Amino acid sequence: MSTDHSKRAAQFNADANRVSRHDQTFWGVRAKRDTLAKGIPEWEQLREAASQIKKHTITHLADYLEQFEAAATRNGAIVHWASNAVEYNSIVSDILQSHNVKKVVKSKSMLTEECHLNEHLELQGIDVVETDLGERILQLMKLAPSHIVMPAIHITREQVAECFSNKGVSPLSQYGVDDPVPDDLSDPTYLTRCARYHLRNNFMTADCGMTGANFGIAETGDIVVCTNEGNADMSTSIPKLHIVSMGIEKLVPNYKSMAVFQRLLARHGTGQATTVYTSHFRKPRPGGEMHIILVDNGRSSILNNPDHWQTLKCMRCGACMNTCPVYRRSGGYSYSYFIPGPIGINLGMLRNPAEHYGNCSACSLCCSCDNVCPVKVDLSTQIYKWRQELDSHGNADPMKKIMSKGMAALFEHPSLYTSALRCAPMVNHLPECLTNIKINTWCEGHAMPVMAKASFHELWKKGLVTNENKK
Amino acid sequence: MKVGLFVPCYVDALYPNVGVATFKLLKKLGLDVEYPERQTCCGQPMGNAGFEGKSKKLVEHYNDIFSAYDYVVAPSASCSAYVRLFHKRIAGHECQAAERTMDVVEFIHDVVKPTQLPWCTFNHKVSLHNSCHGVRELGLSSPSERNVPQFNKIKDLLQLVDGITVLEPERVDECCGFGGMFSIEETAVSTRMGHDKIQRHIATGAEFITGPDSSCLMHMQGIIAKNKGKFSRLDGNGDIKFIHVVEILASGL
Repeated sequence: MSTDHSKRAAQFNADANRVSRHDQTFWGVRAKRDTLAKGIPEWEQLREAASQIKKHTITHLADYLEQFEAAATRNGAIVHWASNAVEYNSIVSDILQSHNVKKVVKSKSMLTEECHLNEHLELQGIDVVETDLGERILQLMKLAPSHIVMPAIHITREQVAECFSNKGVSPLSQYGVDDPVPDDLSDPTYLTRCARYHLRNNFMTADCGMTGANFGIAETGDIVVCTNEGNADMSTSIPKLHIVSMGIEKLVPNYKSMAVFQRLLARHGTGQATTVYTSHFRKPRPGGEMHIILVDNGRSSILNNPDHWQTLKCMRCGACMNTCPVYRRSGGYSYSYFIPGPIGINLGMLRNPAEHYGNCSACSLCCSCDNVCPVKVDLSTQIYKWRQELDSHGNADPMKKIMSKGMAALFEHPSLYTSALRCAPMVNHLPECLTNIKINTWCEGHAMPVMAKASFHELWKKGLVTNENKK
Repeated sequence: MKVGLFVPCYVDALYPNVGVATFKLLKKLGLDVEYPERQTCCGQPMGNAGFEGKSKKLVEHYNDIFSAYDYVVAPSASCSAYVRLFHKRIAGHECQAAERTMDVVEFIHDVVKPTQLPWCTFNHKVSLHNSCHGVRELGLSSPSERNVPQFNKIKDLLQLVDGITVLEPERVDECCGFGGMFSIEETAVSTRMGHDKIQRHIATGAEFITGPDSSCLMHMQGIIAKNKGKFSRLDGNGDIKFIHVVEILASGL
């Protein structure tokens, strides 16, 4: 019995040290989050408030979207509506074409990943430059993110050094800096300086800056973007054209509610009290244009799904990945959807169950994710529910189905069950060559458990279960 | 107070001593305990595998045989949690037996509330295995993720035992990787989780790993048995051993 996820996870586990590094890195983020959480007495009330605000907003979404559009339009922004990825991509390319844009600088946006915007623009000959350092490294390496907040965490600095050298980001001397070259070309300070100059040149020569949106404020029409590198600010400070891409679930009603999320996002995501930059965009720069594209792309059908609508509360902090013992030991690439971990399992199933059902095994149902989630999405319950649906989609594992049917038959008939119990100890005497077979995957990691000589049932029947008086 | 004893299927077949210890302990605490013989399984194995629907009859059967009791008590946090949290939805109606089902640790701590267990002596260091469903579904201890007042019902009870030293591993309630069907479907990750968990238990210096779920203990025990000699205790006296919480609380009976 194996799934797409379990096969890829097994490959990831072939290198035990890599698993240790990955696990320690993300556990470290979880631990930082815990420390911050315990420093805030009203922490659990904040989570509850965040959950309630999100529930309220997404169940009144049409009203808040119209309020947002009106406010943003009053501020001078141009608001667009995209019902799916195709519409979204063509709105972006229309805006870029009408401004004769050759180069776009982008700050991190999971929505653009979701809609495959970069590929779409590159086909039209537009130079798209990711400016979040992790995203830029991945873009140069032609790799997908392995985590939504720390996308390139799985890449070593040696790999970055090699990539920078191949792609012309290094050496530093090309930027007119004649500092001595370090002995170790994977020196982080050296690589960071190369990246700075490389990105600065791109900021200076771009015709358009694109950002995502961590939040949209319905009352004021503002967009809030949180980064640690200031790259959203650089992307929007030089080009006169700013395009914001925002999923429609990113709205919060007003600044009072924004304050709740501001306290939760970075603490959950990276274990920081706040991101280094929290930038609020209200209107176009003088002489420029600000476009805001509101993207549905399946969100309103999620809202209509009684078992799974609460995934729309998610603010993409990544805390569920950091705490997930399975994510930490299987890596982002073991999941078929571009968002991994507990929220990714759910979002993948909502996107396309036939393509992503293989991720549903990646959960031991430990429920840790439910307890870290800042907006209280019931992630593990939802994964459990997806498992119940697999059979009706025709995607259930046939062996699991046989086993479940067999167990049900056995457990529904107490007399059959008790006879099975009597025979169970015979299993102990089977030679290992019969139990340690391919079909019995338990034996890959475990020895077989030993059946008791007499079950509790038998001991009870024989009157051997007694209290201390008879002893 | 009439108590129905539920000995889940795998405890029945693999760990009957845990059932015996539970019975003895409840009797010693002065309770009227009965064991309805026609019991089998709570249905969790099918549910976790994605075939919850196949356990419908089982759920009804459970309700039928246990409805007459004031409490149904089981030596398994995970099975108790499944019954209490899932049966009503599977059955599609109120299930009295499920509502009154408690894990034995929870039951003794919250209902019986003993202030001493004078019969118990256990002169050993134990590392406490705070199993996921016990922590996050039944509330046997405060989940490490939450900013709530710290408590641990298992520890409270164990601390009534004479001679015992109760320790807890680093990452106090991280999953050991059993997860039922998870362990045979995601073998590589499950085994790795188990290895990591055992190492952290060993690092406490304990001689025993103890917990309220024999399933987690079985998983870790199976890994140790497959890798003989790789998981020795810090004191060098062989591999770390396993014991269910109830077996400690009933020691001396």
